[in-house]
Amino acid sequence: MRVLLVEDDAEVARFVRKGLGEAGHMVEHSANGRDGLFLAASEPFDVLVLDRMLPGGVDGVRLVETLRAQGVRTPVLFLSALSAVDERVRGLKAGGDDYLTKPFAFEELLVRVEALGRRPSGDAPATRLRVADLEMDLLSRTVTRGGKRIDVQPREFRLLEHLMRHAGQVVTRTMLLEKVWDYHFDPQTNVIDVHVSRLRQKIDKGFDKPLIHTVRNAGYVVRADP
Amino acid sequence: MVASPRLWRALGGAGVRLAAFFAALFLVAGVAFVMVLWLATAGALDRQADAAIRADAAALVERFRDGGAAAVAEAIGDRMAEDVEQEALYFLADAAGTRLAGNLDGPGVSAGDGAWQGGPLLRDGERAEARVLRRDLPDGGTLLVGRDVQDRQALRALLAEGLASSAAVALLLALLGAWLVRRALEARLGPAVETAAAIAQGDLSRRVPLSSSRDEFDGLGLTMNAMLDRIGQLMDGVRGVSDAIAHDLRTPIARARNNLDEALASARDEAVLRAALERGIVDLDNISRIFQAVLRIAELEAGARRAAFAPLDLAPLLEDAAEIYAASAEVREQTLEVSVSGPLPLVGDRDLLFQAMANLLDNAVKFAPPGGRVRLRSSLLPAQAGGPRLLRVSVSDSGPGLDPAERARAGERFFRADGARTTPGSGLGLSLVRAVAALHGGELRLADARPGEVPPGLEATLLLPVEAPSPPV
Repeated sequence: MRVLLVEDDAEVARFVRKGLGEAGHMVEHSANGRDGLFLAASEPFDVLVLDRMLPGGVDGVRLVETLRAQGVRTPVLFLSALSAVDERVRGLKAGGDDYLTKPFAFEELLVRVEALGRRPSGDAPATRLRVADLEMDLLSRTVTRGGKRIDVQPREFRLLEHLMRHAGQVVTRTMLLEKVWDYHFDPQTNVIDVHVSRLRQKIDKGFDKPLIHTVRNAGYVVRADP
Repeated sequence: MVASPRLWRALGGAGVRLAAFFAALFLVAGVAFVMVLWLATAGALDRQADAAIRADAAALVERFRDGGAAAVAEAIGDRMAEDVEQEALYFLADAAGTRLAGNLDGPGVSAGDGAWQGGPLLRDGERAEARVLRRDLPDGGTLLVGRDVQDRQALRALLAEGLASSAAVALLLALLGAWLVRRALEARLGPAVETAAAIAQGDLSRRVPLSSSRDEFDGLGLTMNAMLDRIGQLMDGVRGVSDAIAHDLRTPIARARNNLDEALASARDEAVLRAALERGIVDLDNISRIFQAVLRIAELEAGARRAAFAPLDLAPLLEDAAEIYAASAEVREQTLEVSVSGPLPLVGDRDLLFQAMANLLDNAVKFAPPGGRVRLRSSLLPAQAGGPRLLRVSVSDSGPGLDPAERARAGERFFRADGARTTPGSGLGLSLVRAVAALHGGELRLADARPGEVPPGLEATLLLPVEAPSPPV
């Protein structure tokens, strides 16, 4: 993926460039909003990672507003030290697609960038999801593994659906809270882990190959290979 | 009591300007009054006299057409005889300039038919202040008709003198009025200026004294005082944050630092070092979470977060929160009873309310013993007289509860009851809940869940008004 990083803090920029580079992405970097806007408007990128506050008169929100006004639809992830929910809402209203508060774990950033960069396929909406021998029927809302029906509660169904739609991709705990429960909050404890492990009990118990894997320091992934 | 000279000067400037404006207005009104008076008296007299002279002259010219110069001379003679006050002035001459009749000695310097002349003329050898109209007669003769204006000029001088002295009095009054206005302004604004100056010098306890009249100035004072109260609150908030940071962030930072230091100095192999680093990351994440929570509480307490307020139904939100924490309860083999009946309409911030519920449920699950019970209940209270309708949401647990002293302190930042020292947590959960409740115009109440029993358990109750709270002053 080609990623444009607009970040004025040299240390954060180095850290993000290195990390994304190691994950196999091409990263262009500019240290101020003006250059960033120029690059973003003139070259094709898969994802823009923008600091919310930038020097040079063009901050992250202005940059996105200008890009969107020009018809550039590249997905945007905001990085910000401003944690206030109002700030998040402002960033998303301006045309941002995701918002990550500093300090962040690099895995969280990587997962989100990759999720943004994956363009939705133009296929008709799937009615069945499948990972190895695990199958999910979105119409009858049933889950089977190896042909055997597994009873899941509605929320577990949504949790599994989100993981299976992103099979092979790491999904972080915060992303699950946002996408499956649709709340932005700090759960205080590892309550998401509890939900995932309950789901795992139902999906993986009694089968040789576990499908739900924990990724250290990041989150969860559903995939056939360990 | 010493206000800064600059403030006083600024106030003096405004006072003087205002006073000068009033004085000028007063003077303009006075001048207008005098002008109208003048036109109505002296002016009217002049116009009347001129009209009489003009009519007299016209009559004499008419007489000339009927009976010639002799008839005019006779008429003049009659008029002078009838003029008891000796004011009328006449002069009639033929074409050669010979005087035929009248009391004026000569025609003066007036030129042409219909011309007026004034000033001193000789009347029977004496100087007289006269106003005279000249008419040329068809035979080339000259007719002057006029009035002696000596008395009128005396009257006019008297009138002018009177007006001038009253103008002087008016000016004095205007200046006095200006001074009084300025004094009054200073007297009313002075205390506010002094207060502001004292506050600018750092004494935030000062407030603007109010008079009993409840006028506009008191309105200004009240607004200033409200503003000062708000500033005080914000300052307390900032102080609270810095206290909190000093108090509770230093410890974990120091601990994380020591761990890393120690690992660096004495770790024997990479695995130990790696474990220490991972622990360091966890510590840092915790620190940043505490930091975030502290900032968030401060932000809430400042009342600065109402952008996301919207009408919502609390019931599904409560059910979602219960569903999330039911999993934690289950792990601890606790039962989570939920009795929520909707709809529970409310205007508020969805994520914040959810966070508050999450904190309460998380606490309850944490403090209820394994196998214990947690209950989430909600109800819409009937409207109290005069008060808003309230939503009641309570979370109770079968844990150790809090004794009254601890209960009073719970909700202070970083307060942790003795019994909670061994449980994980930052001590910020309840202060956040309290701040969220306050932002929504409600409150958090803590009580024994089962009064009289051992352990009493804790019941945390949120009371939230159904109507949108008005923004804080």
